[in-house]
Amino acid sequence: MEPIRQHTGLVYPLNRANVDTDQIIPKQFLKRISRQGFGKFLFYNWRYDENEEPRKDFSLNNPKYQRATILVAGENFGCGSSREHAPWALQDFGFRIIIASSFADIFYNNCTKNGILPVKLTDQEAQQLIKNAEASDYELTVDLEAKKVYDREGFSADFDLAAYQREMLLNGWDDISVTLTHSDKIDQFEKTHVVY
Amino acid sequence: MTKAKTIIEKIWDKNVVHQEEGKPGLLYIDLHLVHEVTSPQAFEGLRLKGRKVRQPNRTFATMDHNVPTIHQNIVKDEISKLQMDTLKKNCEEFGVPIAGVGHPHQGIVHVIGPELGLTQPGKTIVCGDSHTSTHGAFGALAFGIGTSEVEHVLATQTVWQSKPKTLNVKINGKLGVGVTAKDLILAIIGQQGVDFGTGYVIEYTGEAVRNLSMEGRMTICNMSIEAGARAGLVSPDETTIEYLRNRPYAPKGEEFEQATKDWLNLATDEGATYDRTVEINAEEIEPQVTWGTNPSMCVPINANIPNPDQADNENDKNEIQHALDYMGLTASVPISSVTIEHVFIGSCTNSRLQDLEQAASVIKGRKVHPDVTAIVVPGSQTVKLEAEKSGLDQLFKDAGFEWREPGCSMCLAMNGDAVPPGERCASTSNRNFEGRQGADSRTHLVSPEMAAAAAIEGRFVDVRTFV
Repeated sequence: MEPIRQHTGLVYPLNRANVDTDQIIPKQFLKRISRQGFGKFLFYNWRYDENEEPRKDFSLNNPKYQRATILVAGENFGCGSSREHAPWALQDFGFRIIIASSFADIFYNNCTKNGILPVKLTDQEAQQLIKNAEASDYELTVDLEAKKVYDREGFSADFDLAAYQREMLLNGWDDISVTLTHSDKIDQFEKTHVVY
Repeated sequence: MTKAKTIIEKIWDKNVVHQEEGKPGLLYIDLHLVHEVTSPQAFEGLRLKGRKVRQPNRTFATMDHNVPTIHQNIVKDEISKLQMDTLKKNCEEFGVPIAGVGHPHQGIVHVIGPELGLTQPGKTIVCGDSHTSTHGAFGALAFGIGTSEVEHVLATQTVWQSKPKTLNVKINGKLGVGVTAKDLILAIIGQQGVDFGTGYVIEYTGEAVRNLSMEGRMTICNMSIEAGARAGLVSPDETTIEYLRNRPYAPKGEEFEQATKDWLNLATDEGATYDRTVEINAEEIEPQVTWGTNPSMCVPINANIPNPDQADNENDKNEIQHALDYMGLTASVPISSVTIEHVFIGSCTNSRLQDLEQAASVIKGRKVHPDVTAIVVPGSQTVKLEAEKSGLDQLFKDAGFEWREPGCSMCLAMNGDAVPPGERCASTSNRNFEGRQGADSRTHLVSPEMAAAAAIEGRFVDVRTFV
């Protein structure tokens, strides 16, 4: 996967809590057998009406957000199903960073496996970013090395993530090749492990 | 004396292959369940790198999400058919056992694991599906993973996991008559919220849990994910052992006796401590109905739909209003006044034989309301066969229910079984998200008994007074 160290981009604000993976990518698009091409189905039921025309009242349809790379949302983002199609759709649309005050566990993990950086800020900080982005075209910088989020107007916030996940994202490493370096330990383990 | 441990710690310690300070542990996986939706990209990944499935005999596949429930083998949707055929080909290529369409063990992955005896206490179990938490009912550490992790488990039989924090949900007292495991878990999520379990593994303890059947325990563990917890479990006891005895993949004879000792030893030790404890009083819980667009938005059957003007803060107010708008509901009216057009009895939460028996017990010769379309989708071929042996299918059909073939069906409407836009469904499934049962569909989550009663009355009724 593509490494991520420092990223600056346009923020798309989605001021909703508990955005579930059924909203991020509805089930009719889970039938495909490749990883590519899910971006056009992102937030499908919010973006398109029953005639498949873009809904004017859904902000992501504003053409300027075609170049958005940072999404900021309310708490418990990505709850519900384990579908990795959700991060695939966000990534294919162009998002590299998701900011929220909390994330559902499986979604959070799925992001880090795909080179998307999930950033946990406080509720107050996330709400501030949503307000800023709703008010005007708003760019943020996310620095994974320094674990900082900042803008040009003086906003700055620290975030944390597990050292292991940070290392994987910074280097763009693939989990399986790391694990295979421990193959001998798995072999040893299997020799004595009891499973009925 | 050794330190008192929870079952969660015991399973972790038994299955961790490698751990470095401050890093996630490499956890060995004893059972990997696979279905057609979240696996094709994982098998493709193996193929591209020339990798094999490390332990095909610890992997088991079935088809459930896309499977039609009328004439299972006629898949009209070409893309669904391709996904199912792809699983079959992948399993053949990589040597993975599969109970596909036409196999007597086919069914919803979280129904067949337990009924075949593949699910056992102490096992670490994963599947590319968030409702893998269901298997925790047996005292297994079971959780959902994404497709990248599916590929990782196929290749290495392990996953990287941080040692979970432990949450004791202690349910004191007894559930009232007509109050089910489904009502219990909905009421817990209603009280505590949709993310109170995030970052934890839940152990359900207390008198009410001990009194639950394995089917009831599966229902509460199933919906742990709706509380934000990746896994929920119950320490094994005699109820667990008796369920597993003579299951096809359970050990037999002396080996079963040995396994029983090991399994019972896994139960949480007296005096073990948890990172957090939440206490619930079972006696206060009434049959529940969800009114909104996440499972915490539920009320007891005799209560009113909430009013956004009485919300604690602006955010809650907006969220309630948004949900009422989507659901087409009026604030402050009794939930029992809401009429429905559809009933779905099925899903990995409530499609086991006992669920169907309990739904049937409410019918008593009555008929489905003329304005309601009601379907029963057994969780597996095994459930379907057993139900048909005892005449349950005929009982449902005589009442006006449709009796279908096993699969996930209308829980997520991937197979074409959907609730039409703007219509309302009483559903025994687990998620009432916007569009979950079909674009613009409106879902109300309830127990099997409450769903059956709603089918007959055409609106929600209190099953305790429905005689």
